[in-house]
Amino acid sequence: MRRFEIPVRPLVQSGVAVSIGLLVGALFMVIFGYDPIRAYYSLFMGAFGSIPDFVETMAFATPLMLTAITFAIGVKTGLFNIGAEGQMYLGAIGAVAVGGAITLPAGLHVAAATIFAMLLGAIWSLPAAFLKIRMGVHEVVSTIMFNWIAFHFAIYLAIYYLAEPGRAERTLPALPSAQYPRLMEEATLTAVIFVVLAFCIGVYILLWGTRVGYELRLAGTNPDAARYAGVSSWRMVLLSFVIGGFAAGLAGASQIIGRPPAWSLYATLGNVITLGFDGIGVALIGRNHPIGGILAAIFYGGLAHGGRYMEYDVGVSSELVRAINGLIVIALALPEIIAIIRRRLKR
Amino acid sequence: MRLRGKRIVGFLLALVIIVILGYGIEWAGLGVVGLVETGLLAMTPLALAAVGECINQKSGVVNIGLEGILLITAVTGVRGAELFRDGYFGLLTGLLTGAAIGFLFGIVSVYGRADQVVAGMGINIFALGFVPYLLMAIWAFPGIHIFPPELKVHPMYTPIGQLNAVTILAIIVSILAHVLLHKTLLGLRIKAAGEKPEAVDVAGVRVDRIRILTSTIGGALCGFGGAFLSLAWFGGMVKEISAGRGFIALACVVFAGLEPLLALAAALIFGFAEGFAFSVAVTPEIKRVMPGAFYFVNMIPYITTLMVVTVAIGRRRFPSASGKPYTRE
Repeated sequence: MRRFEIPVRPLVQSGVAVSIGLLVGALFMVIFGYDPIRAYYSLFMGAFGSIPDFVETMAFATPLMLTAITFAIGVKTGLFNIGAEGQMYLGAIGAVAVGGAITLPAGLHVAAATIFAMLLGAIWSLPAAFLKIRMGVHEVVSTIMFNWIAFHFAIYLAIYYLAEPGRAERTLPALPSAQYPRLMEEATLTAVIFVVLAFCIGVYILLWGTRVGYELRLAGTNPDAARYAGVSSWRMVLLSFVIGGFAAGLAGASQIIGRPPAWSLYATLGNVITLGFDGIGVALIGRNHPIGGILAAIFYGGLAHGGRYMEYDVGVSSELVRAINGLIVIALALPEIIAIIRRRLKR
Repeated sequence: MRLRGKRIVGFLLALVIIVILGYGIEWAGLGVVGLVETGLLAMTPLALAAVGECINQKSGVVNIGLEGILLITAVTGVRGAELFRDGYFGLLTGLLTGAAIGFLFGIVSVYGRADQVVAGMGINIFALGFVPYLLMAIWAFPGIHIFPPELKVHPMYTPIGQLNAVTILAIIVSILAHVLLHKTLLGLRIKAAGEKPEAVDVAGVRVDRIRILTSTIGGALCGFGGAFLSLAWFGGMVKEISAGRGFIALACVVFAGLEPLLALAAALIFGFAEGFAFSVAVTPEIKRVMPGAFYFVNMIPYITTLMVVTVAIGRRRFPSASGKPYTRE
């Protein structure tokens, strides 16, 4: 593996994009008569101001690290896989099915629920991979369609097969033997974070430390060279989708068997919805790198957790943080933004 | 020609599906008139968004942010209608908002030399958060807003059923777009900007202006469709109002190979699939016989999109400079 260097340029680019996103977000607050300074103060104090809050921020960051990997590994392989959302719903369903509806011995139960959720996530990624490989259907259209199909399918399963008797608004909660232990009384972070971090590091090692990972990246950066080198492009597409599906499935599981107090899936999917889309922004802020994705997920987890304080203290809808995420992505799409600003300054 | 063959197969398949759906509807006691009315309603925003996207993709600007534009303009359309106390002004507000977003997107992709797919996805993510924020900031109510019924853009009552003027306008726009692209000098330049931007530049025409113009037109048409969603169809605003329609419109564009008239045909197919799902979902008979069917009926538009795109895709040829920024040497 290469020698470790601090990647300055990407960090600066992400930093500039984040600043632009926050500034434009502040502008939207001013337009509607909110005080942006007070809003951001309560947001950042809420997200990082105390140890329990920081731990809670990590709980928000956990699923995003994974859905970011789904998108990032797609980009590394030359795909625009935005199917994390639907694969994550299926992962959540899988975790409920094994964690809530089946009894198993303590240690085995957690592992079985996690693995089944990951498998369902990967299985849900297969049709889009097949359509891409065999039919040439672009993954942007197909993965979005499968997301919406998964949305209705997951609600159907949650209501008709997995509902908690007497409480129609949610599914069976995960049994105690299937729950990851809580790390702190005051926050909802559980030991699932260690599984998630191990998964992210595993993907990093796979991509930069193995032959298969090299072939995956080659297929993304230089498809022609990959073809001449004898890399089978359909296998790389399939592998990229499947790893992404594992990640998204685990993300769904992390919100069921790794997130108190509900330990279950709401019938509206309310406690997992948009985590997949948020992951796209997180991946891009993290420069489509598994480790960068961890840092970006902590940043966005902070926005998501602190946003609730912002809503409570200043009345700004916490949904604004998602808009800021989009603005950051648009700003990141400008590769030359720093160069343009620099040229203007020199003039 | 294999391409044409596949296209014909696609159309035939779609026709068969529509006929089966028609019979299914009669069986459920719905009536074909209701289906046609809803189908045309559903077709309209899809056609507007898809035709606009055809125009900007011809010039080499790929905007996958249609979903986000539909969402944002559905809100601004309602706001405009409330401010001016008139539904048609609301549609105009939506159109102008869409044009502004398209213009900014054009600037970003031409001068910022942005990765257009990433920027377009940025619009979608932005809208996902900005729309609920707007709903709270303007009307102080989370996720939903119902406007006064007198602001609704009402359909015309013809002898064979209801028909919205905007639907006719959407069909006219598709024809005009076809004429623009294939019969005018500007259309030639738009196509050249997508195929060989150097040639356009050498001929003394500004590639950047053409691309920003088409991006603005594309955004405007999409915004018109977004305002139509809330003002003419739903009669209200919910934060998930677009429900993947922006991406279904993209599927229409792919299906059509950037031809506006084919995009209109695709929008008609998808519109009918959606109209069918919509009509079935509200039929009490079906709910009684199969209580869970509702969720599967909701999947019909998305499954239809996947099937039609898969069958029709063939070897579409897209402009060679598609999605690439152009720099003068």
